[in-house]
Order: sequence, then structure tokens, then C-alpha cells
Amino acid sequence: MIREITLGQYYPADSVLHRLDPRVKLFGTLLYVISLFLFQSFTGYIVATVFLASLIAISHVPVKFMFRGLKAIFILLIFTAVLNMFLTPGRELVSFWKITITIEGLRFAAFMILRLTYLITGSSIMTLTTTPSNLTDGLEKSMRWMNILKVPVHEIAMMMSIALTFIPVLLEETDRIIKAQQARGADFESGNLIHRIRALVPILVPLFVSAFRRANDLALAMESRCYRGGEGRTKMRPLRYERRDIIAYLVLALYIACIITVGILF
Amino acid sequence: MSILVNHLDHIYNPGTVFEVKALSDVSFSVDEGEYIGLVGHTGSGKSTLAAHLNGLMKPTGGGIYYNGVDIASEGYNLKELRGHIGLVFQYPEHQLFEEDVFTDVCFGPKNLGLSRTEVEMRAYDALKAVGIDDDHFYVSPFDLSGGEKRRVAIAGVLAMKPEVLILDEPCAGLDPAGRDEILAVADELHDSLGITIILISHSMDDLARHVKRILVMNDGKLVMDGTAREVFSHREELEAMGLAVPEVTAVLADLKKAGIPVRDDLITVEEAAKEILRVFGR
Repeated sequence: MIREITLGQYYPADSVLHRLDPRVKLFGTLLYVISLFLFQSFTGYIVATVFLASLIAISHVPVKFMFRGLKAIFILLIFTAVLNMFLTPGRELVSFWKITITIEGLRFAAFMILRLTYLITGSSIMTLTTTPSNLTDGLEKSMRWMNILKVPVHEIAMMMSIALTFIPVLLEETDRIIKAQQARGADFESGNLIHRIRALVPILVPLFVSAFRRANDLALAMESRCYRGGEGRTKMRPLRYERRDIIAYLVLALYIACIITVGILF
Repeated sequence: MSILVNHLDHIYNPGTVFEVKALSDVSFSVDEGEYIGLVGHTGSGKSTLAAHLNGLMKPTGGGIYYNGVDIASEGYNLKELRGHIGLVFQYPEHQLFEEDVFTDVCFGPKNLGLSRTEVEMRAYDALKAVGIDDDHFYVSPFDLSGGEKRRVAIAGVLAMKPEVLILDEPCAGLDPAGRDEILAVADELHDSLGITIILISHSMDDLARHVKRILVMNDGKLVMDGTAREVFSHREELEAMGLAVPEVTAVLADLKKAGIPVRDDLITVEEAAKEILRVFGR
């Protein structure tokens, strides 16, 4: 159950998307997310769907991995849809007791679900095709200008990178603790809500203890290798734009142009 | 009590690039009162096998029968099974969570739904069996030493009164005194309480001294199953798998190669010392 969370999990494969510069993917994801809010029409979704589907196709990542991330926000999706459906004013479709469903509400709810689904799936493509270290490298380099504003970009990138690399480690640890407590007869699946929340204590306490222990060990290991922050540090593999990255930027520009056109016309 | 493992397979993440065949066609049986060692290099499937015996993982092929019943069958009471087959994980002290030692050990038997008196009696017996003194009962488990923590964690499983106890590398990361204590506890549980023990270990010397029968795993397959003496007579095969024979066995084999007529099928230091003295006529 715990392995179903894909956010921040890299799927190793050999594809153009995997080889792209992480800056392209970061910028692309940002533009893609913004683009989802630039149109209100059905036609816009066709453009976005075609774009998303082609990305999935060339990523060489099995489709089911893309949608695993959705399970985590399933409740949020339903909640958003239901609220939108009932609370949007407009022409009445059905009405019973004090609740009215409007045509506008239904339309809006459907669009909202699509939008969130596309948003999560799109971001999943980025995290599935980019290793955490690549991702933070890209982030660090594209955010470097913020150094002028005294933002500690390197430190933030380092923190992100550590957090990302520790996600699978801690997931595995959680899995192991759950198994160990199950071996002692712990039951996480039955009982009422309060019972289930209390059943989490035997998992959370060891997990926090272990996270602190790991953090402490890591800090010592970094210190002992003379880590002193980002100043004057060079990269083993510096990021450099290649031809494919330029092409990817052009494709992105084309997609955004399409979306804006659709947004104005329809 | 009997455990039968029949053509057990387990594949992680089937159908993806993460696919790993962790267990493949593993078959063996365990009888009451046995003291078994389970060896294999890192990633050979030992821990996966242990998790299966405890019902924590479902086989992707084959089956495990406890007293003749398939533990993967629909509606099988796994909680009860975990009371009969105790599994102590690697670094079991990482599962401690309660405010004091005694309450932590009560966690297991409490989950079995026993009465409070019974739970506390079992916790007391278990802590005594692993050699924890009364004055340590109400301190925080996080204040104990490494070896003590581990013994408390073992007591946590023991308090469920298992008939079979699986110890997954119980000595990892302990100092020599700590490992001797843990192994003495295992011996004691086997000899005086009659608990069947399955000991997963990397130390051939420990296994030679403590267990009767050894199972050797390699790349998810069970490649050897026999008495310690039998298994350790296959030095080349073991070394090809990244394993070894006990150090004294290697010494005796080298002595023999050098022309000294010693037996090379001995596995403990005591036996070897006697044999060398015999050859030199003292």
C-alpha cells in the first residue's frame, strides 16, 4: 500500500524525456500547469490531451505509473467536484430538497477534475523521468538569480535534494516498521477511526526516531567531508543545453501558442 | 507443529523494470524442536523467506503450510499465526515505541486479545527469559544499551509465546559480548522451552556452534539443506556463492593440504583443537 505514492519517484528508462535537461522539464512543467488555466473550452482540453498523451507515449514509462499519483488526491478530486457541482449558480438542471445542480456547476466540476488530473499527471511525468539529483541541479541553476535577493538557493536546493532522496528510504523504513509491528500482531486495517489513528503510534514513533537518527548521521557524514555550503563548489556534471533541449523549448512554445490561440478563439 | 514450504515463488513488482525474482521454487520443511540456520549473501532472499513464513508477504507461486493448512488461503487467521510463528526483524530495536520497556513488551500479547493478567505475566516471563532485570522494566527503551534494546525487542516477540522463533541477523551491529548474550538466549529458548529456532546469520562460526541444520540460499533458490557438517563440507561451492566455511574448518583443510593428516570435517574450535592435539600425539 505504501509504495503506491509515486510523487518524487524516478522510473528508470531510456527516452528523450529522460535525457532532457532538467531545466527544460522544470520550466515546461511550470508552463504546462499555467496553460491548464488559460482556457475554458472543450477544444482547449483536446490540445492539452494531445500534448499530455504524446508526452506519456514518448516517456517509455508504463501508463499505470502516471496515474498512481492520482490515487493520493482521489478524495480531493471528489470533494472539489461535489462542491463545484452544488455551489455554482446558473441554469437549473435537477433540484431536490435544498440542493440544486446547475448545468454550469456540472460543467465546472468536470473541468476541475480534468484540470487537477492533468496537473498531477503532468507533474508526475517530470518526477518520473528526472532523478532527484538532476531535478535539484536544474532547480539550483535556474534559481541562481535569486542569490541577488540573498535567498540561499544552494542550501534550499540541497535541502530539497536530501528530502527527495529520503522519500524512498523512509517509505521503505515505514514498510519495514509496519511489517515488524504486524509480526507483533498489530492491526491497522480494522476498527473505527479513533482505533485506527491510535494504531499509527507504533509506526510513527519508530519512524520519527529513525528519521532523526538518519538526519544526525547524514549531518556528521557531510561535516566529515568538509561540506561548507555552495560557495565555490563546482559540479561533477555541469548542466549544458543540447540540441534536443532547444527543440523541446520550441515544442513548448508551439504548445503555449496553440493554447493561447484556443483560449482566445473558443 | 510443522511447517511445509512447497515450491515457493515470490516476484517483486512483476511486469515493471523494478521486477525482481526474490524467491524461486523454494521447498523445505521444519519439524518441531529443530534449530536451523539460514544463510545466504545479501539479497539472496533470506529476509523475504522469513516474511513469508510469518504471513507478512503473500507468495506469488507455491505455498506455505502450517500444521497442514495453507496460510495464504482465504480467511486464514494471520494474527493467530503470528502468535505461533514469531519473527524478529533485523535491528528489532527500531520497532520499540512505548514509554517504558514493560509496556512495549506487552504490545504483542495485548494484540492477541489476552486478559490483562495473562499479558503481564507473559511480558514478565519474556523479559526474564532474555535476561532483563526488574529494575530495567520501567525505564524508557530508548535509554538502554544496544544489546539490551535488542533483547527487549526479542522479548516483545517472545511474549506472544511462539512455537517457532525466526531471528533475522540478531547479532548484526552488536559487540562480541552482546552477540554472545543474544545467542545464549536463543540456545536457552531452544533447549529449555523447546522453541523451534530459525537463525538467519552471516557468521558461519556462530552457526557451526549453535545450529543443527543449515539451509543455504543463493539468488532466491534453496541450494543446500543438511546438517552443519554436511553443508560445511562444500567449501568451494560456498565460496563461489560469496559465503565461507567456519574459520577452523578452513584451517584444518589447509593443514591437510600441507600434509598433516587431520580430519577436515570438523566445524567448531573445540573439536578442531582436540583433533590437532590427537594428530600431534599429545
